[in-house]
Amino acid sequence: MESVISKQNNLKSALYDIVVMAKRNILKIKHNPDKLIDVTVIPIFFMIVFSYLFGGAIAGGVQGYLPIIVPGILIQTLVMSSAATGTQLREDLDTGVFDRFKSLPIVRIAPLAGLVTSDILRYVAAAFFSIGTGYILGWRPEAGFGWLIVASLLAIFGACAISWVFALIGLVSKSAATISSISTMVTMMMSFLSNAFVPIDTLPHFLRSVAEHNSITYLVTAFKDLANHGEFTSSASMTIFIGILLVMIVAPITVKIYNRKI
Amino acid sequence: MTELAVSTKELVKEFPNKRAVDGISLDIKKGEIFGILGPNGAGKTTFLRMLATITKVSKGKAMVFGKDVTKDARKVRSLIGLTGQYATVDEELTAMENLRLFGQLNGLSAGQSKARALELLNQFSLTEAKDRPIREFSGGMRRRLDLSVSLIVKPPLIFLDEPTTGLDPRTRGEMWEVIRNLANDGATILLTTQYLEEADQLADRLAIINHGRIISQGTPNELKSLLSDTQFEITLEYMRDAERAKGLIKAEIAQEAMISPEGTKLTVKLADTKVMTRLLLDLTQQDIEIKEFSVRKPTLDEVFLELTK
Repeated sequence: MESVISKQNNLKSALYDIVVMAKRNILKIKHNPDKLIDVTVIPIFFMIVFSYLFGGAIAGGVQGYLPIIVPGILIQTLVMSSAATGTQLREDLDTGVFDRFKSLPIVRIAPLAGLVTSDILRYVAAAFFSIGTGYILGWRPEAGFGWLIVASLLAIFGACAISWVFALIGLVSKSAATISSISTMVTMMMSFLSNAFVPIDTLPHFLRSVAEHNSITYLVTAFKDLANHGEFTSSASMTIFIGILLVMIVAPITVKIYNRKI
Repeated sequence: MTELAVSTKELVKEFPNKRAVDGISLDIKKGEIFGILGPNGAGKTTFLRMLATITKVSKGKAMVFGKDVTKDARKVRSLIGLTGQYATVDEELTAMENLRLFGQLNGLSAGQSKARALELLNQFSLTEAKDRPIREFSGGMRRRLDLSVSLIVKPPLIFLDEPTTGLDPRTRGEMWEVIRNLANDGATILLTTQYLEEADQLADRLAIINHGRIISQGTPNELKSLLSDTQFEITLEYMRDAERAKGLIKAEIAQEAMISPEGTKLTVKLADTKVMTRLLLDLTQQDIEIKEFSVRKPTLDEVFLELTK
């Protein structure tokens, strides 16, 4: 039994572990493409329904409503799909495969970090399908393709930050079902109490102040400013600030609880 | 490296409502197949999980090849392979993908892990099923894959947690063969089981545990002889010979034989089974006709029931 591999304990092997773990999640999506419904079918469906349903009432027509609804649906889809990080984590923890992970000579954080990493691909899909549907319906962001990419990257950054919150919820919840109901409630409240679907000045006073300070509002506004005007406004800075703050606070707690479980 | 593959001292695992492992001290030599036998909830799995660095040790000490499982967890992990009671592979991935994934996580490159995966699939007769997801596998195939995943980097110590629970007899036999081959190749194997037959078949030594404590340990034969000696039963053709036979047996081996109520059957305890032939020869030479005879060793089941009473 001479061929025991002794694995190096360094940054390079840690990154390798994370990449392999991310690859595992991508393989799972390949075998079960249903996992992509929330970032493909749902944004397309919402985009069409919302445009035709509320377009007339809110903006006097579909075309006028698109600049509001496309960023709105995009951000809502991203927030909702970042919730899947929690469900996925819970499912992994509940199966025997996690025991195997624990007995392997890998960095302890690799399964979690791999999950957060592979989710970026889901966010890219969410952005692509939301924006693509908007484009087909007639949305033409004025600042051009380059700024649209910058705006999308900012939105994906936001989703990554929020996914740490859902990972935490996933760790402390009892079952995957609990997580979906909690995350549906959180995402609904966050996205509806913002400027994602309606102009904020139509809201009654008390709701308006809630919506103005909702972090989703900053993200939506930043996205609109970038995509429509090519401007990096204070909302964008605020989004980055909140995102980093969120990760700095939540990620260490999540990792700590996670390490205790593992 | 020391001569011991596993060494634990007063190992304890406390859960909020239960002391699952309550002071187990155990030494397992290199190259042994060591069995841990016990009923459900005896603490077998928890004991194994502590050695495999999955569960934290509450008290006491556990060493794997001289490395402390708490302080040197990472080193220990590179020396062990674990096959759990429940499937410890990814159900949604194919056999090949699982093997490659775990190969890479064990530090192999993509190329090495592919080569090793093909080798193992072949060794465990899973080559044809390599591109099918695990959830379509039968129980036996699943166990074989599970075990092959543990063997990717040829670990010198293999933990098998109830490797054949839920398998049909034929598949169980195949699994035993696989386990014996691993031991022949030089691996040390620590397995838990609820089946006495399995412990008897496979283990060089075994420990019987109940309520988190070792209640007995030794070779399967030592454990069997614990309960009582071998029973030797002789049935005579004629009832009239019974007393004479009893006297002869007493003269020969200084043991009082029991005559059965119907008067033809004598039962005697034997410490050494070699005297059996001598007894039979003596009786025949004295013209005592023997109708039939049988030897019965207590089964491990009897030992187990006796000890866990």
